[in-house]
Amino acid sequence: MTDTTKETPAFGNANLPLSSFRFTKEDSKLILAHLVFSFIALFIGGFAGLLQGLERGGLVKLPPQMGYYQLLTAHGVLLALVFTTVFIVGFFYSGIARTLGKEMSKNARTFAWIGYYLMVIGSIVATITILTNDATVLYTFYAPMQASPWFYVGAAFLIVGSWFSAIAIFISYVKWRREHHGKASPLFAFMAVATMVLWIHATLGVVIEVVFQLIPWSFGWMPRMNVTISRTLFWYFGHALVYFWLLPAYVYWYVNLPKIIGGKIFSDALPRLTFLLFVLFSIPVGFHHQLNEPGIESFWKYLQVTLTMMVVVPSLLTAFSIMATFELAGREKGAKRMFDWVKKMPWKDARFFAPAVAMIIFIFGGAGGVILASYQLNSTVHNTWFVTGHFHMTLASTVLLTFFGIAIWLIPALNGRLLTPAINKLAIAQTIIWATGMTLMSGTMHIVGLMGAPRRSAFSTYGDHEVALSWLPYQLVISIGGVLLFIGVMLALFNFFYLLYFAPRAEKPVDYPIGEFAEHVKKPPKILERWSVWIGISIVLSIIAYSVPIMQMFQHDAPGSIPFRTW
Amino acid sequence: MDLPRYEKIWLTFGFGSLILFLVILGVMAFGQGLHPPDSMKTTIDPEKVETTAPFNEPGLKQIGPNEYRLTVLSYVFGYNPGTVRIPAGATVHFEATTRDVVHGLYIPNTNINLMLIPGHITEYTHTFNEQGEYLFLCHEYCGAGHHIMQGRIIVE
Repeated sequence: MTDTTKETPAFGNANLPLSSFRFTKEDSKLILAHLVFSFIALFIGGFAGLLQGLERGGLVKLPPQMGYYQLLTAHGVLLALVFTTVFIVGFFYSGIARTLGKEMSKNARTFAWIGYYLMVIGSIVATITILTNDATVLYTFYAPMQASPWFYVGAAFLIVGSWFSAIAIFISYVKWRREHHGKASPLFAFMAVATMVLWIHATLGVVIEVVFQLIPWSFGWMPRMNVTISRTLFWYFGHALVYFWLLPAYVYWYVNLPKIIGGKIFSDALPRLTFLLFVLFSIPVGFHHQLNEPGIESFWKYLQVTLTMMVVVPSLLTAFSIMATFELAGREKGAKRMFDWVKKMPWKDARFFAPAVAMIIFIFGGAGGVILASYQLNSTVHNTWFVTGHFHMTLASTVLLTFFGIAIWLIPALNGRLLTPAINKLAIAQTIIWATGMTLMSGTMHIVGLMGAPRRSAFSTYGDHEVALSWLPYQLVISIGGVLLFIGVMLALFNFFYLLYFAPRAEKPVDYPIGEFAEHVKKPPKILERWSVWIGISIVLSIIAYSVPIMQMFQHDAPGSIPFRTW
Repeated sequence: MDLPRYEKIWLTFGFGSLILFLVILGVMAFGQGLHPPDSMKTTIDPEKVETTAPFNEPGLKQIGPNEYRLTVLSYVFGYNPGTVRIPAGATVHFEATTRDVVHGLYIPNTNINLMLIPGHITEYTHTFNEQGEYLFLCHEYCGAGHHIMQGRIIVE
């Protein structure tokens, strides 16, 4: 391609639109810094995933200086905590700049950079402790296994850094609302704010755990710590974390995708309500990760199971809204029969194809989630490979494929290069490889999990017990799936790298797609943007769900635990 | 907020089946007593566990006709006792704890799926109707030898 300005690449049914909107240099730099750092984490975390996957399949034997659990820790921390958080913040900044006055304010950018450096420093410190084998505690870092104190300090930096990022988003949002009195905020900004509100509330739990328990205990200032309370604090955060991953994908589906498929956003109020329901029901639910633990009364476990299931409602709302948006867009383009609109979707456009595949996989991911949170049924699958299969379908497919679909247009929109047809094709191939690898890996994990294979375990035949031997062929399939996924990661990273540094420059930047509302859409009710109400209810729900059980933990005060290093 | 008619039907159906589902779980839990282990009031000092009853004498004790109490102490990376023999049809009341880090006690293809948290005693009851050699294993990461931590219940 020589003259890039006259020629716009063909994408599905339409040409890839270029736009007059351009990010300021400062914003581009900020957001690209986030994306690039997240890709580095993706690379290391993906590589660690490949190696541990091959070991578990019995295909390779790791060299003595490299432990299975060490790799698993790196895989979890770098992908589930570092990659996701940094990428999400970067994506949010882009939408904030795009929809709230074309750029971020200087103030907001200052907070954003402080947050960035805190997250980078925290991630690097934590990663070093993992690489030196001083923090082989997996990404849930359950006490009383004790990592190097610097691992916990790194984790604290990462989270506190993300709070600065949240402040940067809040500053931009408040400023816009002051300047546009009485108007509903742009949908993207609203959703970003809701997600960060959820994030701050959720991370309070893990920050209390890290700052008041793990750090003083690991430096030796406090000889013992209460393990049940630390686990409860972790899961106060831990389940909301999964919605923190999911909601940015929802943002893309709700706000950006309608533009890409040539449709209109279906409603302004329902998407907001969806996000608010997640703010309410993401946090008072952590006990469903602790159902099989002593020290928590059954009634409270059941109550939290009920609250957990409430997130089915916003997910049903989302499924309907997104499908309705697709169908209306398809009908607009002349689809007549019941399912003709499916054919009218731009399947050859990776910006659509990747998240569309993500949505299909999410049907299975969501169903598995309902099984896991089912009070009694959980006992058949808790801590088996079923769980790993579940979150590789949700986080590592639904969320990740959507993020891949975002990155391929966001990078060129930021650096003024072109998303070329060749990269588009590669991204489609990447999605297919990913879906295939994930079906092999996660699908098999679900099956072998039901047969009893534990998660987070190195290769073992358990003294050649027949049950353990029956898992082996499945473990092989899982490893093959893992290899395909690693090829998928490398291909995605190749695309990003090419788009960052080698793609042809465009005179006009790639369009940043922001959907418009359909004509019939009414202004959302004011109550939806009264944050004090929603934050208030969210806090009240958490108090209802957690105060009595936490009080009981102090009443039946189990003796504290001294530290152990068992790896 | 105006909801389209189809969306109302969709949500009513979805929410209705959700409530039905939760009611079924609730009836099973509070009507039939099918709870995961909760074991509220039984705490123990993990540092003195080996000198505190009942964990000073882990093992199987008969407490009724074909009814047993099985006291299991877990540690890195094993269980005491590691092998237990019981007759078919035996009802076993598990009581288990750990003397160090968090462990699990999981028997594949049964509902026995217990978390062992330092300071707490986990209790659960199960009847073994079928003969065979049951593998029990640790399913919560506990360190370098996690994947070799196992035991057997032999039902004769």
